Amino acid sequence: MLFGNQRARKGELSSPARFVSFALMKRTASTIVAILFSASASFAELPDSFADNIAAIQAIGSEGAGNKEATAAWQAIAKADGEAILPLLQAMEAASPVSKNMLRSAVEVISENELAAGKKLPVDSLGTFVLNTSGSPQARRFAFDLLSQVDSAGARKLVPGFINDPAVSLRREAVTGVMIAGKAQLEKDKDAAAKLYREALNAARDVDQIDEITKTLRELGQEVNLPKHFGFLMDWKLIGPFDNSERAGYDTVFPPENEIKLDATYDGKGTAKVKWVAFTSADEYGMIDFNKPFTSMKEVVGYAHTEFEAAEAGPAELRLGCKNAWKIWFNGELIFARDEYHRGARIDQYILPIRLSKGTNTILVKACQNETDESWTVQWEFQLRICDSTGTAILATNRKKAVVAPPAKKK
Amino acid sequence: MKTNFFLLAGIFLSLSAQADWLNFRGPNGSGFIEGNKNLSTELSEKTTAWSVDLPGRGLGSPIVIGDKVIVTAASGPDQKELHVICYSAADGSKIWERKAWATGRTMTNKKTNVAAPTPASDGTHVYALFSSNDLLAFDLDGNPKWMRGLMLDYPNASNSLGMASSPIAVDGTLVSQIENDSQSLALGIDTATGTNKWKMDRHKGSNWTSPTTLKLGDQTIVALQSNKGIHGLVPSTGSQFFHFNKGASGTPSSVASGGKIYVPSNGLTAIVPDEKGGDPAVLWNESAQGPGTASPIFIDGKIYTINRAGVLTAANAETGDRIWRIRLKGPFSSSPVAAENGHLYIFSEKGIGQVIDITGAEGKVVSEIELNDTILATPSISGDALYIRSDKKLWKFAK
Repeated sequence: MLFGNQRARKGELSSPARFVSFALMKRTASTIVAILFSASASFAELPDSFADNIAAIQAIGSEGAGNKEATAAWQAIAKADGEAILPLLQAMEAASPVSKNMLRSAVEVISENELAAGKKLPVDSLGTFVLNTSGSPQARRFAFDLLSQVDSAGARKLVPGFINDPAVSLRREAVTGVMIAGKAQLEKDKDAAAKLYREALNAARDVDQIDEITKTLRELGQEVNLPKHFGFLMDWKLIGPFDNSERAGYDTVFPPENEIKLDATYDGKGTAKVKWVAFTSADEYGMIDFNKPFTSMKEVVGYAHTEFEAAEAGPAELRLGCKNAWKIWFNGELIFARDEYHRGARIDQYILPIRLSKGTNTILVKACQNETDESWTVQWEFQLRICDSTGTAILATNRKKAVVAPPAKKK
Repeated sequence: MKTNFFLLAGIFLSLSAQADWLNFRGPNGSGFIEGNKNLSTELSEKTTAWSVDLPGRGLGSPIVIGDKVIVTAASGPDQKELHVICYSAADGSKIWERKAWATGRTMTNKKTNVAAPTPASDGTHVYALFSSNDLLAFDLDGNPKWMRGLMLDYPNASNSLGMASSPIAVDGTLVSQIENDSQSLALGIDTATGTNKWKMDRHKGSNWTSPTTLKLGDQTIVALQSNKGIHGLVPSTGSQFFHFNKGASGTPSSVASGGKIYVPSNGLTAIVPDEKGGDPAVLWNESAQGPGTASPIFIDGKIYTINRAGVLTAANAETGDRIWRIRLKGPFSSSPVAAENGHLYIFSEKGIGQVIDITGAEGKVVSEIELNDTILATPSISGDALYIRSDKKLWKFAK
């Protein structure tokens, strides 16, 4: 038996939280490190410099800055024993993505050394860490993999509890388990199978799993509303075409970038007069296709505008898929732009952090079409959704009732 | 006793230096390595020294440093798990593995993979670049030296089809081409600290070619290819030494030998950079010898290319005149490699390894092996052995 009562309810710790010795924080470690350590177990055996070394690794900056100091710190940390594993995992919470990888390699080396020396990894602490859903998703997954390495059967027992886990990679394991259970029911009890697949769909966040589950549910005669599951924004106002000859339109400021007047008429490309038109996507994957209202065009710019009524304020992610050059403004602020044409698109190709305001939020997308005439450069479109960091859809309060969409053709 | 020790150590270092295959297409990015005369000309079950399963796909070649073979891979639903793995050249046992989370976008075309670039080494450290623009430096025992997330530094430096250019370590500088349609740049990174020695804006456009190096007088110059041509740079400063501006391919890389560069440009173009810098002279151009995806290779006065139809052509490197050509079993994403044993080694996308005797009046395929797995990577040669990675496995062939 691995962690005693590790089947505890989501978010609970399976054992009482213990606290780190404050001697550890007497040194000049960062406040963030101190905060993290305050919730961890006792590591009095670790040298006083330990927290300083973690802070040095956390301080790796842009363009390689701080690597020299981080490497020296890493070399000191990597000599530690298994007691260092948990604080290193906890330190990932406040680490940049690069620093997180440096910390990860330290845990890898320490774990390898411990196992090579015939010692055991601190499985209770690791189990507690995995089950604490407020921790870094990557660190928790990593801890789970460490557990699996030393006690595969015990670790597997945790998996069903991951079904609504904020760590998507852990959740994926649980969804896989439910899918397997559903598949086993397909020939015996279709209602039971449908129920299991529905449970799997509700939890699934990875596109490949969602697609497989959806296919099976539909074969079972079940309805699936993919736009709602993903949270694709389906209703927009579109305007175009503006001129993108020689790709100059990408940097040209056309009127929609200065004002949103949905009843206005502007000079478009050539002699065209352009005005906003309503567009509702009928695509299951929320594709907003400028070619539909404006016909297939080249060397043009189009804009799409929508309003998203949020039930509450908070952090969110704006996730875009687009194979045209594009810019996005959220509540009037340009949040990212990219001038790449026709190199491919997929769901969640670009993940842009935003902060939703309670009530009305505005989104403006600029999509540029280039001059190339190959068959694979016809698309002038994008797909966009708003979700939390797990990929769980955040639905607008002004979202229209789902349009019945045909089976998916593109993602 | 002390003398003997140092003599033996010297011999060992000399042999291992000779044997190392430190980056994409080995010494100078040429595909050709001196020595290795006992490299097997037979690829078969008999000459399969070992094979091991890999934890994920990859297109990058294995590199060989002494008795260590290092290869990268990417795994997971979105290829977000990056692997750098070190195997024993002797028996294929795993010596160490380091994993990292991708910090940049991992989207690629399905054919390619996040582990497309070949890692580079200077003999003491390994520098592993991924399509996500994560750049990880380790010593040969797997201890991190430094880490970079280049897409965190340069948020639009990516290609939605995938990046594939492999870096090369030259005189304390890791030269990396991070070139794409949007934020296109090249970097000279201090191998000791991971910081930039120089950063250069590059032509906007997809570019999957890798740098090659050549000696011009006393200087080692690194040649960066792009759709615009070839820039010869001083590796430590990034200052331009020469510029060939007649355009070049974005897929097969150039090869340099004997002070000349054979550029996939308007077919194939041989250029001669001046030791004093300036614009290189064009020695010859052959429009019919344009390589497909595989990069050309220079061996003993001949230049070899493989076109899109899988036809291998041998040409006089001084004149560009065709000498012979034979059709191979393609298609090829892999590039050919060779040692001093008179044979060329190439693997098709379908996993067919072919050995071509190039010593006669005509080229002749003398050995074939079907590895029954997709192979998009270029083989490596070291210590009289050939290494190739498929989608699923790493193989060693030796007598």
